[in-house]
Amino acid sequence: MSIDATNLLAILAMALVTYATRIAGLFVADRLALTGRAKAAFDAIPPAVLVAVIAPTALNSGWPEAIAAAIAAVAAFRLPLLATVAVGVAAVVLLRGIM
Amino acid sequence: MDQANPYIASARRDARAGLRDIAPAAIAAVPIGLLFGAVAVTKGLSPAEVALMSALVFAGGAQFAAIETWTSPAPVLALAFGTFLINVRHVLMGASLSPKADLSRGGKLAAFFFLTDESWALAERRALDRPVTGAYWAAMAAVLYFNWVVSTTLGAVLGSLLGDPARFGADFAFTALFIGLVASFGRSRVTLVTVAASAAVAALVHRFVGAPWHVASGALAGIAAAYLAAGEGSSRP
Repeated sequence: MSIDATNLLAILAMALVTYATRIAGLFVADRLALTGRAKAAFDAIPPAVLVAVIAPTALNSGWPEAIAAAIAAVAAFRLPLLATVAVGVAAVVLLRGIM
Repeated sequence: MDQANPYIASARRDARAGLRDIAPAAIAAVPIGLLFGAVAVTKGLSPAEVALMSALVFAGGAQFAAIETWTSPAPVLALAFGTFLINVRHVLMGASLSPKADLSRGGKLAAFFFLTDESWALAERRALDRPVTGAYWAAMAAVLYFNWVVSTTLGAVLGSLLGDPARFGADFAFTALFIGLVASFGRSRVTLVTVAASAAVAALVHRFVGAPWHVASGALAGIAAAYLAAGEGSSRP
């Protein structure tokens, strides 16, 4: 249960940087009054970021992951969130077993 | 005290909605947290250090990336820079969510310590038809935070007992969860163009340049595509 000094420093640096990114948005948001295309671009931030985070896993890992991602996408339009996760996980286990 | 009752009642309702909305994400995060703790111990971190990192950083993606490059002694500056690259998306997320959150500036400074992909995405979805209140956000944040700190620490303590999480697909839970969240933003033409552009650019950058550059470049490509797809016609008020 020891804490190494350098590890502690690294953890504190990571924490500081992370908190800075979390609150930085507060200081730009108030100056934005968006309409038209700019608003469409701003509204696109949530799906654009979410997709960018998972794209490598879904598209670069192999066929089982790519097909399971497609199955999860189809399920996502019909099922609640937890069911979508269950379908996706079951699909990837099954596909990894047979491919 | 009668006047206070409607507020308390609506706060309770919002907190319950927060608990209900975050439950799937919290459940999906348990195997990911166990995995993180187990991997971190193999890189030489103690369970106390794992607990401390989860409590102070509380960012799964950045923590996984840090652990992958962790050596002894820890490369402090490289770890800080990698963490920044992965978490710089928080700036956009915070800017997008801030006007929709029904909180004071001080409240936001405290609340946004707990900003994660999951709670942010759920709050954005809720903001489509309701204000995001402090009670709603606090319920989500508390569950996810407690869940992450406990599951990563447990993973560190249990360590090698767990075996390979890929065996039961636990490594894919995060991806499936995000796909479900993306679907909640609908399938308008602009959204579909956004998703396609972001996915293509992120996958290509990840393959040819490497992590963590794919997050920022994919997100920017999706945002640019939305700007172009919306067209001049949408500039009418």
